[in-house]
Amino acid sequence: MNPHTPYSGPSFEDRMATVEFRVAEQPHITVDSEVCRSCTTKACVHACPAGLFVPTSDGGVLFNYEQCFECGTCYLVCNAEGALTWSYPEGGRGVVFRRS
Amino acid sequence: MADSVDVVVAGAGPAGAAAALVAARAGLRVLLIERGPFPGAKNMYGGVIYPRVLDTLLPAWWQEAPVQRWVTRRATMVLAEAKALTVEFRGEDWDAPPYNGATAYRADFDAWLAGQAQAAGAELICATTVTGLLRDAGGQVTGVRTDRPDGDVRAPLVIACDGVNSFLAKEAGLYEDWSMTHFTVGVKEVLALPRDVLEDRFNLTGDEGLDIEILGGTQGIPGGGFLYTNRDTIAVGVVLSVAGLRDSGRRPEEIIAALKEHPAIAPLVRGGELTEYSAHTIPEGGMDGMPRLSTGGMLVAGDAAHLCLASGIWLEGVNFAIGSGALAGETAAEAVRAGDTSASALGAYRRRLEHSFVLANHRKLRGAHRLILGQRAQTLYPELACGIAQRVFTVTDPEPKAGLRRWVHAERKRTGVRLRDLVKDGWIGWRTFG
Repeated sequence: MNPHTPYSGPSFEDRMATVEFRVAEQPHITVDSEVCRSCTTKACVHACPAGLFVPTSDGGVLFNYEQCFECGTCYLVCNAEGALTWSYPEGGRGVVFRRS
Repeated sequence: MADSVDVVVAGAGPAGAAAALVAARAGLRVLLIERGPFPGAKNMYGGVIYPRVLDTLLPAWWQEAPVQRWVTRRATMVLAEAKALTVEFRGEDWDAPPYNGATAYRADFDAWLAGQAQAAGAELICATTVTGLLRDAGGQVTGVRTDRPDGDVRAPLVIACDGVNSFLAKEAGLYEDWSMTHFTVGVKEVLALPRDVLEDRFNLTGDEGLDIEILGGTQGIPGGGFLYTNRDTIAVGVVLSVAGLRDSGRRPEEIIAALKEHPAIAPLVRGGELTEYSAHTIPEGGMDGMPRLSTGGMLVAGDAAHLCLASGIWLEGVNFAIGSGALAGETAAEAVRAGDTSASALGAYRRRLEHSFVLANHRKLRGAHRLILGQRAQTLYPELACGIAQRVFTVTDPEPKAGLRRWVHAERKRTGVRLRDLVKDGWIGWRTFG
């Protein structure tokens, strides 16, 4: 984080707790951590607005689909062919915005 | 759910609802499929609905539409480090019919608009995801596959209104160039404030509303910011070039936090309690990012067709979705009635769009997003504009006033803006917006 802009908002957990998610049983996005291991940028980790990509100690990436905005950012920034498979959650599941 | 209809509309956002409304009014059997539990559940935006497009579609719209506030004040704020220059227009007649702009929650507005399509006879089913296209041996689209049991629906025409990530337009091969350079990501916080506090703070009376669009303030990442008022919440957020965000190594919520801490913004958001955080990508490439808009058996409208207008001065999307959706509905009615939904028959859709505000504006403002998202417009010009304003308004006694020519020169030197670039961008801007 830039030291000139101290971050004063709520914790990230509290931030995400303001959003309703109806979690599907099946993940709609999957990550092939093998492919991620050769990725030098791992831009998904910082670019995902929901912060769902977590680098692992072995150089891969762990993804948690449960609090996904279904926004499309990861799909656009991922430059490793085949690292991400992307679809929408089953009908009625996933994010539910009320005041956005 | 019917297994065969005249038109399947995938997605019940503004584009899909408008398409279904127009096609149903023309007497077609229309199935409108929404993957969210209700229309609008998946949708967020950067804040203002420009309703002129509704006047002919739903003449009494302002008596019914679930609006938060009518936008009577439109401000453009240019932010530099610890400086801000704001130009604000106030129009009292914007607080009366036919109104110029409204803020609304998409969960309310989109559900209302889809309800209008239902009232016109369209069948709406929610909580159902369209998972793919049905096509015949020749490639003509003949319906959709959904995730319901026995979920195939056949139709001579499918209207894909499945949003910015349109899997259907991609599956149909309509996107030749799907690249991150054509997209931004909008990230937004909705902050609750007691209504009287909000109205005092923003000098608003009754259901008047304020919309501030912000240039600069995004930590050098190409994009912009926004802040607008709802009844008892304010929405503040940033729109960031996806490539810029990727290269920055910064997190989106940090960029919002930095914007909220700018001295010009901090007092406006103080005490606001976060009630919803949201994000979505936005198609901002204009004509550069646009796919082919139709193929045999299928039309594309709204964000799925890359029809957002992001041109700096004008930032519009919902009206373009409704406009393109309505024209897709018209084209559908004509084609289905004539029994010809071939690729060549559906070419009429693009011609309709060309003759409407939808593609006329996109054509006129074709280069705007490149100018606005360029590095000079993003960081140098805000610094230059704020610096010149500061010199103009700073009283230098006992030194006499140096005058505008010297101030502009000094600020150009300080910010490193070359005269050649300024003239060039001025000319491009004049040609684009003039």
